[in-house]
Amino acid sequence: MMTSKADIIARLQKEILPLQGFKTILKNANDDVGIGKMKNAFPNATFPLGAVHEFLSTSSEDAAATNGFVSGILSSLIKKGGACIWIGSSRTIFPPALKSFGIAPDKIIFIDLKKEKEMLWAMEEALKCEGIAAVIGEIKELSFTDSRRLQLAVEQSQVTGFVLRNNPRSINTTACITRWKITSVPSELSNEMPGVGFPRWNVDLLKVRNGKPGNWQIEWVSGKFKHILPISLVIPVQQKKTG
Amino acid sequence: MPKRFISIWFRYLRTDWFTRRQPELATIPFVLSAPDHGRMIVTAANTLAQLQGIDIGMAVADARAIIPSLQVLDDKPELSNKLLTGIAAWCIRFTPVVAVDSPDGLLLDVTGCAHLWKGEAAYIAAINKRFENFGYAVSIAMADTIGTAWAIARYGQSAFIIESGKQMSALLPLPPLSLRIEGAIAERLEKLGLRQISNFISMPRPSLRRRFGNELLQQLDKALGYEEETIISLLPIEPYYERLPCLELIVTATGIEIALQRLLHTLCRRLQQEEKGLRGAIFKCYRIDGKIEKIEIGTNRPTSNTKHLFKLFEIKIDSIEPALGIELFTLDALKVEELCIIQEKLWKNHDGLDNINLSELLDRIAGKIGTSNIHRYVPDEHYWPERSFKAALSINEPLQTTWKIDRPRPLQLLSKPEAIEVTAPIPDYPPMNFRYKGKLHKIIKADGPERIEQEWWLQEGQHRDYYAVEDEEGHRYWLFRSGHYDAAKSYQWFIHGFFA
Repeated sequence: MMTSKADIIARLQKEILPLQGFKTILKNANDDVGIGKMKNAFPNATFPLGAVHEFLSTSSEDAAATNGFVSGILSSLIKKGGACIWIGSSRTIFPPALKSFGIAPDKIIFIDLKKEKEMLWAMEEALKCEGIAAVIGEIKELSFTDSRRLQLAVEQSQVTGFVLRNNPRSINTTACITRWKITSVPSELSNEMPGVGFPRWNVDLLKVRNGKPGNWQIEWVSGKFKHILPISLVIPVQQKKTG
Repeated sequence: MPKRFISIWFRYLRTDWFTRRQPELATIPFVLSAPDHGRMIVTAANTLAQLQGIDIGMAVADARAIIPSLQVLDDKPELSNKLLTGIAAWCIRFTPVVAVDSPDGLLLDVTGCAHLWKGEAAYIAAINKRFENFGYAVSIAMADTIGTAWAIARYGQSAFIIESGKQMSALLPLPPLSLRIEGAIAERLEKLGLRQISNFISMPRPSLRRRFGNELLQQLDKALGYEEETIISLLPIEPYYERLPCLELIVTATGIEIALQRLLHTLCRRLQQEEKGLRGAIFKCYRIDGKIEKIEIGTNRPTSNTKHLFKLFEIKIDSIEPALGIELFTLDALKVEELCIIQEKLWKNHDGLDNINLSELLDRIAGKIGTSNIHRYVPDEHYWPERSFKAALSINEPLQTTWKIDRPRPLQLLSKPEAIEVTAPIPDYPPMNFRYKGKLHKIIKADGPERIEQEWWLQEGQHRDYYAVEDEEGHRYWLFRSGHYDAAKSYQWFIHGFFA
């Protein structure tokens, strides 16, 4: 009796999703961006491609962490051979470093624009363009109308968009499908070895449409995301020496 | 289709012409002469005279000493150019693209012509026969590049038809002069014993450039087909230019759009027929008050897509001021290139940088905002972080080297390193803490140092010792100390980037 009840609920949930305006975007269910159990937070347990994701950060350090997380997702998007467009006010990304996130830096086209308005225009045009793997926009202020325009552009072309907002004036409502916040977490090497370890982040999924927000700690190890147990926030007092 | 070129060399152009006019000269040695510094100098000699040892540049008196019965005729200045132009015009029967190659040759672009004569050998034989009948001694060679055809025509021994892509092996036994280089460079090569192209073709390019200048490498590239060379045809190609006069004056944006669309339509149809695409175009509106309003566009790859071109112009139509009215519209394709034939269906789903959608998008962005804001980066062979990558010149520029990932590099790099205050224990240990933007960061973990030296041939200055550090909040930074530790404290600490 219990199982049948769960089945009914699952079926009903699946029926509700399209009614809520959720479209199954992926024809290919094998499309996996390698985020492990994090994908359970999304409807149908797949990372939504062909949508706009919003990332918040408050400092340059967190912006770098966000870039790292986005690059990690991007690496699996770009693997299929697509190109990627990165729109920003001035390039802060160090192209050679992208290689360690599994991205060929020469496959990325950087567009540096001064005005927010031009950035939004370029981002919308880019998102309309079929065949691009992803578009990343370092857009500080994103109004609800702007975000809706981006979302509409994406629904036609199925391009994935990432809006990276560093230090926005206000955190307003947007039409983006998710809202993330990535922060750095102290790294740890196995066996208490000295030195800086693999990049480690605290991933906060603040909002997700038709899904369950959550919090995870992950590490980028040899080209893959790896879930780690939330570490104790005890700070080792002694500085570790290096060779 | 690979390009094919023919180079025709007239060994005795002017003397052959005199023989044609005075047939009795055919059996006797004769020379042409011109005054130079008060002496008469031989400027051309026929076969019989050359066989007896008369060279061009010899004084006529010396030549007379060799052959007392030598016939000396006055040379006519500008004769060879006039003759070559005439012959080139006649050569249009073999190919539409003929150029004069002063002082004694012709160049023919024969791409796609030879099959009309049933093959390349028959084609060359036909040309050769016609010239022989006229009485011109010619040497004809055919190759993929102008440079190779030129070299083989003048210095080749046996095979005068070089198969497609075989330029390298054909050039190897030839002397360096066959590369169309200056005599002085050839002499220098000769002095070093480099008498054949095979002697130096495999030498490293930088050392060749240092010793013999860029010209040698350039000519070598041209001959091998690495660098494109075009010929200026005798018959100019009809410009890609369309005009549309209007009976009534146009003052509205809609009117301008219609005019533009019509011009684009005719121009693109012609381009499509010729399998060409334009890379740049200018649209001019001639106003009734005599002013010319113009808008210009450029594209990343050749295109003849009316829709796309119209979109590019559309962004700029606002900037046209019709004032009292426009009476004439013209559209001029500034740059036209061969279009690679694209099977639309196959290419539609093509990802990566070859994507047509992508290049059209970049055209639009470049049209609105300017090309200077669009960058693609390729690796460069430098360890100095700021120089380890460079902006690519084009969207499909191939990588000359690979991206290096053997050392940790920060994902975000400050455009300029910022000075920080640091407390560091003893030399070569990472700092204990540092102050950046007023905040004190206590360093918990660190890696390094990684020393990166200045490239002294590019820039003078101190070396950098880089440390990757992590503070107590888990933020990761890339710091460096510029210079050695010393009592005078001439070193300085900087922050240069953020790790992910």
